[in-house]
Amino acid sequence: MMNKLSLPGLLALVIRRDLVLAARRRADVLTTLVFFVMVVSLFPLGVGPEPEMLRKMASGVVWVAALLASMLSLGRMFSADYQDGTLEQMLLAPQSLPVLVLGKILAHWMASGLPLVLMAPVLGLQFGLPAEQLGILMLGLVMGTPVLSMIGAVGAALTLGLRGGGVLVSLLVLPLCIPVLIFGAGAVEAAASGVTYSSHLSLLGAALVTALVLTPWVTAQALRISME
Amino acid sequence: MLEVGNLGCVRGDHRLFSGLDFSLSAGELMQVQGPNGSGKTSLLRTLCGFVMPEAGEIHWRGKNVRELGEAYYADLVYLGHLNAIKDELNALENLRINAGLAGNSVDEKSALAALRRMGLRGKELLPVKVLSQGQRRRVALARLLVSDAPLWILDEPLTALDTGAVGLMQELIGEHLSNDGMVIFTTHQPLQVAGVETRSLTLS
Repeated sequence: MMNKLSLPGLLALVIRRDLVLAARRRADVLTTLVFFVMVVSLFPLGVGPEPEMLRKMASGVVWVAALLASMLSLGRMFSADYQDGTLEQMLLAPQSLPVLVLGKILAHWMASGLPLVLMAPVLGLQFGLPAEQLGILMLGLVMGTPVLSMIGAVGAALTLGLRGGGVLVSLLVLPLCIPVLIFGAGAVEAAASGVTYSSHLSLLGAALVTALVLTPWVTAQALRISME
Repeated sequence: MLEVGNLGCVRGDHRLFSGLDFSLSAGELMQVQGPNGSGKTSLLRTLCGFVMPEAGEIHWRGKNVRELGEAYYADLVYLGHLNAIKDELNALENLRINAGLAGNSVDEKSALAALRRMGLRGKELLPVKVLSQGQRRRVALARLLVSDAPLWILDEPLTALDTGAVGLMQELIGEHLSNDGMVIFTTHQPLQVAGVETRSLTLS
């Protein structure tokens, strides 16, 4: 039996496929998570155990570590598919390539961004963050890490097949991620100093929506250019 | 029907071919010939739309493929040098995912039937990384059996295949052509399909 696959069907297929692959290559997922935990845990060792200072810098440290950890996994987003020819077949899919790319980005976030979000409160506790700020930190990360994956996808697609693309992609993507870092860490700091933090979260939400609309399309174009 | 007019391709500073004209109708088989580096793969990749032609146009059923876009992709299967299969997945998963990317949702029964026809009985649920090169190629070729696209573009389909599998490929191509399909391929091995004249296109 053979049926035509619908667009949501294609999205589900791509996400399921990438998650199965991630589950069978567990080392990749764990590297990102362990790196995140290690970088965050190094800070108290480096700057000293003063609780007041640690509490003040917690959100910034967690956010910077999340940003760096998400860079680690970017190189893998398209390169395996590029090397074994699957990407060629994806470009020939008779459905919308941006939707297919969106599926890959979402799967990438679930495998590399979501574990960071879930781990963040534990690390926040390590720094003595109060419960309310832990909640805001997580909320910010839930909205911010998908943006990092989406901006990263554009960079990963542009540097596909280049030697040393992994470093190049970080150089391209990191500056573009600065707004996410500012508003994400800023929300927690605002809450800590008793100011309203909703504007920070609204701006993160706006960044998420903008990235959701634009980046799959831009990434699809970049992939077509890389395949020439 | 596939029509190519005045097609030219440049890679870097090197002109591979220019002024290429040919057409392919239902039931026709065309072999692209030429020495290494003459642009056979580039021609096939241009036909798939990966490479923008430097000059000329490609028409499918009377319309430019640039305008057709995804409607054209629904009518073609491309099999390149790379198998597009994942080591971590088994043959069955690979086939069903690849069929899905090509826009077809294939149930387990027909996917298993396709793999068995390709001589992979008993290997359907093994991770592809334990299969040999020839067996991996067979997994990739099984994609042809779960597609209803009329145009097959095959780049060296016989690489790593044993004589039995080459015979099987000839049989599959024969069946496809008798269903009004079209095949354009490159190979350095002889490939004869019973009852069909192979047209040849030589790049120099």
